[in-house]
Amino acid sequence: MSSVINIREIAKKEPKLLPGHRLCAGCAAPVIVKLILSVVEGPVIVVNATGCLEVATTIYPYTSWRVPWVHNAFENAASTAAGIDAAIKALRRRGVIKNNKVNIIAFAGDGGTYDIGLQALSGAVERGHDFLYVLYDNEAYMNTGIQRSGGTPMGAATTTSPAGSVIPGKPQHKKPIADIVVAHKAPYVATATPAHWMDLMRKAKKALSIEGPKFLHVLSPCPRGWRHDPSLTMEVAKVAVDTCYFPLWEYENGEWRLTDRSLAIARKPQLKKPVEEFIKIQGRFKHLLRPENKHVIKSLQEYVDAVWADLLKRTSF
Amino acid sequence: MAARGTQEIVMGLNGNEAVAWAVKQCNVDVVAAYPITPQTIIVEKFSEFVANGEVNTEFIPVESEHSALSACVGAAAAGARAFTATASQGLALMWEILYIAAGLRLPIVMAVVNRALSAPINIHCDHSDTMGARDSGWVQLYVEDSQEAYDTVIQAFRIAEHPDVLLPVMVNLDGFFLSHTLQDVRILPDEVVKKFVGTRDPIKIKVPYLGGREVPLVLDGETPITLGPLALPDYYFEHKMPQVEAMEKAKEVIKEVDEEYARLSGRKYGNGLTVAYGLDDAEVAVVLLGSAAGTVRYVARELRREGYKVGVLRIRAFRPFPVEDVVEKLSNVKVVCVMDRAISYGACGGPLFMEVRSAFYDSPEKPIILNYIYGLGGRDLPPAVARKIFLELLDIAETGRVKQLINYVGVRE
Repeated sequence: MSSVINIREIAKKEPKLLPGHRLCAGCAAPVIVKLILSVVEGPVIVVNATGCLEVATTIYPYTSWRVPWVHNAFENAASTAAGIDAAIKALRRRGVIKNNKVNIIAFAGDGGTYDIGLQALSGAVERGHDFLYVLYDNEAYMNTGIQRSGGTPMGAATTTSPAGSVIPGKPQHKKPIADIVVAHKAPYVATATPAHWMDLMRKAKKALSIEGPKFLHVLSPCPRGWRHDPSLTMEVAKVAVDTCYFPLWEYENGEWRLTDRSLAIARKPQLKKPVEEFIKIQGRFKHLLRPENKHVIKSLQEYVDAVWADLLKRTSF
Repeated sequence: MAARGTQEIVMGLNGNEAVAWAVKQCNVDVVAAYPITPQTIIVEKFSEFVANGEVNTEFIPVESEHSALSACVGAAAAGARAFTATASQGLALMWEILYIAAGLRLPIVMAVVNRALSAPINIHCDHSDTMGARDSGWVQLYVEDSQEAYDTVIQAFRIAEHPDVLLPVMVNLDGFFLSHTLQDVRILPDEVVKKFVGTRDPIKIKVPYLGGREVPLVLDGETPITLGPLALPDYYFEHKMPQVEAMEKAKEVIKEVDEEYARLSGRKYGNGLTVAYGLDDAEVAVVLLGSAAGTVRYVARELRREGYKVGVLRIRAFRPFPVEDVVEKLSNVKVVCVMDRAISYGACGGPLFMEVRSAFYDSPEKPIILNYIYGLGGRDLPPAVARKIFLELLDIAETGRVKQLINYVGVRE
């Protein structure tokens, strides 16, 4: 697979996820899917965990998918992909499958990855199946109506971590999910956002060229859950990176690299914005701007700074 | 009955090994499984076949039973012949995916080594695990011995993959009584089994958005098939009706496959759905599933020698439940005792009892039908107890007096 991304050629191709689906205006998920599928060369099978993306794109008798697609359940996208990987290997041995590599891509949300699907993901990565797992992280159970998940950041108000008079939103920090996958010694792990689209496409393309389990953690702003205007989705994703709330990096064969805007910030630290910039543009954090909740912003800032400092060390800055 | 004795080899195998041998011979593409007592030997034995290069199968040693069946769903959706095995808690953990495998019409075969469910934790045999799964849309076949476990796994692939069926099939064998008990098992030659099961040939469907083109119903990497979509109140129900029809059609297919298999092996299990003993003239009969049928038939044979008209009906196919067959076979019997190795808490008897009794509702001639619940958590059913039950039934047949409709066999007060 060539490593060059030819935008002109890609723009000519029909998208693999067609319009007409019922994802919300401003939802980042279909953008992420389209960008990733646009760099796939050759056969592909998509596995979709239960979630917004699945329910909104396959309302029988319609489908938005122009690729072979399967939905099994919520927590088992990774084990379903594992079964497909095994099937392809066995069928190729029997001569039933003759074509080249079949790309297997699993899309799952944060609920299906951080929480209920973590075991299946861990097992599939440990066993070394050849598949790309894409976490589109909208930081809560959006499909069921904005409940907190292991991916929800500290202080965010969700319907199960509401901003109350005693507890101001979710008390815990976001689980370092990509680090957990790295700890499995997966050959390729990266973070991305749809706003840094070239970076995302490049990472997806690179991931698909590598044998074994690959993991892409893609931040997926959700206007309904994050309480921002649907027109601001890409802006919110950009600020997430500008504040180092969501740094862009990749891990390949034991090497860590910062990429895109995060690399620029590492080279020029004054570009790093305070986390409040990210907080103040989203309604889910609005209670944090009240004087009595300033300590939450402080805690979030300290957390972001510590993670960023650690990342700079890993990437030898 | 051509093949018997001429080509087969006889091996001393326990039920689990017999299952592993059958899977080895069936050209299974993917086996995904997780160890659990008393099923573990199946996974171990099969791992040996893989490690020694005796099979071409991709073996996925998954991290849970939930993933075992999830991986089988993925594999079968991609066109592979897939197999898994479990028991008890493992089956309980798979629960969610049982319904999905059936709803997606994936012909997965699974051996369940029947074991009691916690709490209290118990590793021994009863049918609580699979009885709970009786409404999951899987064909359920219960075997009596290790030979039948071997034969039925081979048959199961044919049943599951039959275009009229396309349903997952559960082959149930009693934990320890069968799984760990050595028996002479006749093994067919590899090529005979290979020919009998063939290769999985996915059905073709017409896809409106592909211009009505016929395409194989598999994820092949190229054809944009959407498998497992959301179906709301306007379409969900219509997805369920073909499952109902497939289950009904499975009755004929189970019979045909058993018939065809008999021509290869000389072994036949009743009509495939039920196995009757002494029912032509029986006044009383016991109806049951699984390994205890051997004990009960042994006792029935003794009693018949003593002049008592007793019979046994072993249900081999619990799903689909052979309603017509059961009514026909038992219609001349005066007293029927349905023996359940599972409880349905708060129900009007055990699961098998409810089926049999309900089957007779529209019959003008009905036997007296009693329920004996026995053998939970691996408690044995010795011949003496089976004899006592038959004698109680004979007494009821004579007096017409039923003391207790639902009875719990040999439980301490």
